[in-house]
Amino acid sequence: KTAKMPTLAVNRDDLFAHIGRTYDDVAFDELCFEFGVELDEITSEREEALKSSTSKLSKKQIEALDASVIYKIDVPANRYDLLCIEGLSRSLKIFLGDMDAPVYTKTAPDRMVTMTVQADATSTVRPYVVCAILRDVTFTPERYASFIDLQDQLHRNLCRQRTLVAIGTHDLDAVSGPFHYDARCPDDIEFVPLKSSDDTAGQAFTGRTLLQHYATHPDCKHLKPYVPIIQDSPLYPVVLDNEDTVMSLPPIINGDKSKITLGTTNVFVECTATDLTKANIVLDTVVTMFSEYCAQPYTVEPVRVDYVDSAGATTNSHVTPALPVRRVQAGVDFINSLIGINEPAANMIELCNKIQLGPASLVEDVGGKQMLEVSVPPTRSDILHPVDVAEDVGIAYGYNNIVKRVPATNTVGGEQPLNKLGDLLRDEIGRAGYTEVLTHGLCSIRDNFTALRRPVTAAVSLSNPANVEYEVVRTSLLPGLLKTLQHNKSASFASGFKIFEISDVVLPDDQNVITETIVGARNERRLCAVYAGPTSGFETIHGLVDRVLTLTEVAPETEYGANSTKGDEEKFRVAREGWCYTIRELDGANGQDADAGTYFPGRAAEILLTSPEGGERVRIGTFGILHPEVLGAFDVGYPASCLEINLEPLMQK
Amino acid sequence: PKANMSAEEAAILTHLSSGPDAVIEDTLTWSGQSKLDHKAVVGAVKSLQTDAYVTASDLTKSYFDLSAEAKDILANGSQEIIVLGALCEAGEAGISMPDLQAKVGKNVCKIGMGNCMKNKWAKKDGGNLVATKALADVSDEVQAHLKALADAGGSESAVDAKTVQALKRRKLINLVTLKSYRVGRGESYAPVRKKKAADLTKEMLDSGAWKTTEFKQYNFQTLGEKVGGGYLHPLLKVRAEFRNILLEMGFHEMPTNKWVESSFWNFDSLFQPQSHPARDAHDTFFIKEPSQTVSLPEDYYDRVKTMHEVGGSGSIGYRYDFKREETLKNLLRTHTTAVSSQMLYKLANQEGGFKPARYFSIDRVFRNETMDATHLCEFHQVEGLVADYNLSLGDLIGTIETFFKKIGIEKLRFKPAFNPYTEPSMEIFGYHPDLKQWTEIGNSGMFRPEMLAPMGLPENVRVIAWGLSLERPTMIKYRIKNIRDLFGHKVDMSRTRMAPVCRFDDLNTE
Repeated sequence: KTAKMPTLAVNRDDLFAHIGRTYDDVAFDELCFEFGVELDEITSEREEALKSSTSKLSKKQIEALDASVIYKIDVPANRYDLLCIEGLSRSLKIFLGDMDAPVYTKTAPDRMVTMTVQADATSTVRPYVVCAILRDVTFTPERYASFIDLQDQLHRNLCRQRTLVAIGTHDLDAVSGPFHYDARCPDDIEFVPLKSSDDTAGQAFTGRTLLQHYATHPDCKHLKPYVPIIQDSPLYPVVLDNEDTVMSLPPIINGDKSKITLGTTNVFVECTATDLTKANIVLDTVVTMFSEYCAQPYTVEPVRVDYVDSAGATTNSHVTPALPVRRVQAGVDFINSLIGINEPAANMIELCNKIQLGPASLVEDVGGKQMLEVSVPPTRSDILHPVDVAEDVGIAYGYNNIVKRVPATNTVGGEQPLNKLGDLLRDEIGRAGYTEVLTHGLCSIRDNFTALRRPVTAAVSLSNPANVEYEVVRTSLLPGLLKTLQHNKSASFASGFKIFEISDVVLPDDQNVITETIVGARNERRLCAVYAGPTSGFETIHGLVDRVLTLTEVAPETEYGANSTKGDEEKFRVAREGWCYTIRELDGANGQDADAGTYFPGRAAEILLTSPEGGERVRIGTFGILHPEVLGAFDVGYPASCLEINLEPLMQK
Repeated sequence: PKANMSAEEAAILTHLSSGPDAVIEDTLTWSGQSKLDHKAVVGAVKSLQTDAYVTASDLTKSYFDLSAEAKDILANGSQEIIVLGALCEAGEAGISMPDLQAKVGKNVCKIGMGNCMKNKWAKKDGGNLVATKALADVSDEVQAHLKALADAGGSESAVDAKTVQALKRRKLINLVTLKSYRVGRGESYAPVRKKKAADLTKEMLDSGAWKTTEFKQYNFQTLGEKVGGGYLHPLLKVRAEFRNILLEMGFHEMPTNKWVESSFWNFDSLFQPQSHPARDAHDTFFIKEPSQTVSLPEDYYDRVKTMHEVGGSGSIGYRYDFKREETLKNLLRTHTTAVSSQMLYKLANQEGGFKPARYFSIDRVFRNETMDATHLCEFHQVEGLVADYNLSLGDLIGTIETFFKKIGIEKLRFKPAFNPYTEPSMEIFGYHPDLKQWTEIGNSGMFRPEMLAPMGLPENVRVIAWGLSLERPTMIKYRIKNIRDLFGHKVDMSRTRMAPVCRFDDLNTE
């Protein structure tokens, strides 16, 4: 899967009550599929507890849990308006044609509530705030729970765990404006926060002591992750009422004074942020979703936000929420061409209503082209470009109604030469009796270096390894093969156990340029093979070296192999002009050779290639009997030999 | 012709030569009488039986043999009874452990005391052991069971299964199995065995003996010998087949031998915002060393940055501050699209300008994900893309259909989906002929104009793409439940040896 999808869990019967229709599971799944969400799981509280391996509930307690059906629905990661039952049901009703998309309006209060921002102070930690008021809201336990859940969903996704945006909701009747947003020294902040642990209910904290409390108290584990966001800042952000009482210490906790309850009817919403675009999206999402429950549905009371500098001068002023309705144009021909359909403009206008892009109209651009002009509501922050409009028209039309065709593009296929050589050699080495393995590119420093009796040298290392097995990107294929032997102990080694792999290692390299980019590393394609059996198989591996070079059209140097009986075969050798190889005993004596320690002394060699381009012998690999300590480190109980060759020099023309 | 017969075979055939109804009643007793090794006799019977010289019926019997300790119990009573007797004798004051040991012996004391405690016949009172039952109140069940067994000659039916278990646990009895046969004449009986040849040999050809030699019947119901040789890995067999298919479809392979990428090519160039959750350390492996990309194509970088910050080419952009340090962060590529992006950039900027292209790749990607039966930190991604003027979603659907028909999947459905760098995006669902159900089989979409425009591709060039993992179709094809049995050093080589060829039904051709 490419994108992480947020999941919304909703009570099925509540959802159907919101939609105003009922479905069986299959039919609802179908509706979800066409609309572009996924009915991922059908469950219940009781079923979840039964399936859970970590649940500590007794059978009786589980029996007592709610058995009503819960739908778990995956929604696209950019559709924040589908993260609550209100938004999902509203979108589906509009998609089904049961409802017109609502128009979200800002009321015009006699006296607008204000929020004054001490911009010089807040800019040091969390510069922005946007606010709105929901008047005469009727909460029920379900609506209230959904209100809290939506904030959690937004905090998790769009707000990036509150780093970018944090939402604070308050009982407006418990406090009075004008409100202030400031950043103050942690020791100068003192207030009673919402209860987070039983032993501190009603207790006042300073900013500093509160964060320490959250960082350490076992009941505050849910708040601990947010502590580092501001802990080291010289100033902590605070939202204050007209009496200078702290209403919230974003992005951590709200004050007790303005605590919201089931009985709250006037809700003050503030979103503090480091990213103003996202703050506006978050606030728009919260108020568009829950203004449904206002005495006058879909209306929101605005708040004026004034940014003042330390001299008290107003530097900037906005009325929030933004609730933008954007008119976006997309060519009718463009939409038809992009989706591959042939819909008349009139039909497209109809389709726009299903996907909340209505009302739409037809206009002509300067060139006389027919343009579909749609209204993008504040709930649809995902619409960035006319292609987004085209996609929605495609969804409304139905992807599965699109007539397929095959591109007229005329191209010739082709392989990467290095991959092609690799595949040809895989076939040949398989024929030579070796079994192919496929091992991981990530490994531990121990396996990559010390277990091979090699000095720990530079390798690409991970900053966030998942576990000790994934510290570095391998610089050798050998550890993977030896670990494979270790895990196949029960196999028969009587006539020799032969395995091989052709794959990449990654080496640090700050000269390697690909697409005008230097990342500081490069891949290298290698062949590695291991023989293990009752005897070391050194000659067997040596034979494979010769075989691979014969296959790649490289001849032995005249002196190399002069003493061996070559038989009649040699006269049939086919080699590239100017290409030859030889082998030379690996000099492990002075410790200069990083690979030498891997091998049994006196039983290891380097493979030297001469090509017309370089003209000089270049080492392309080594082979030899594995040192008993290497075998021991990988728990291999049989003598073994190996070879490892860089295939890339064999590619040059 | 006697040369081919063993002494045992000869003795058996001779014994049966007295008449058509001659039998060996029990090979065990017969071996003893004939002074032959019973095992060798059984071997001879089996060998003769395969050539139908004899018939044999199984007389195998089992009985329980009593251990020395059990025989002792039969004679003197069980350890717990002996200990209880000693305790009762000591009266209410009881007896200390050393005294008890001295009285009944160390072994009897240990076993007997344990069982007395378990049976609640005795208790500890300070340092002493005191009886809680009189001898008359208890019975020696162990001794009774052993007696029943001994009386029945060790017959398995003498006591119930639970008792057998209990006695076995105390190592008092041991099951002995005696294999023996009743042997009579077979349909090919002859007093002297004539050995048949198992195989045709060079000597037979040279001497011409093959003309007169009698050959054994070949058992066509046993498997042939293993072929030996080497074997290719199942996932890479599937890779080879997928490469073939994409080459047949006119796709050109992309150079994907580059695991370390910049965030720039992996995310930013794809118009994936810098605050996107996929860029968390929870999903992506970032690199400590070398941590930063050294150089980038700067002109292109500027265009990408502008597109993120303020948009362009009809887009409003993401409207945030694009950070250079974020774009330079090195990582292990999370998708091969990091390479596709570079290929498209080159396609736009090549000499002579853009030309339509089809590209594919199959290579490794890395995700810092929670590992389970179907997820590892590394897996292979198959990706295909077509770049041409005025391509449509219909072209994408048609291309995907051609591809999946080549691997035997004909029925497809497309679900609207979201992906940061494609719009429209579609999840591909297919009716899988092996699974016999609908399942998600891939992802697809058209690259966003915000990704293509900064590269310098002409405005009406569109790029359609689709992708899937290589592991999932392989696991379905080779019936592998856990990905660790497919990828990595824990793969059992026997699985590799047993893997069939990778062949799909190409439904594009009749």
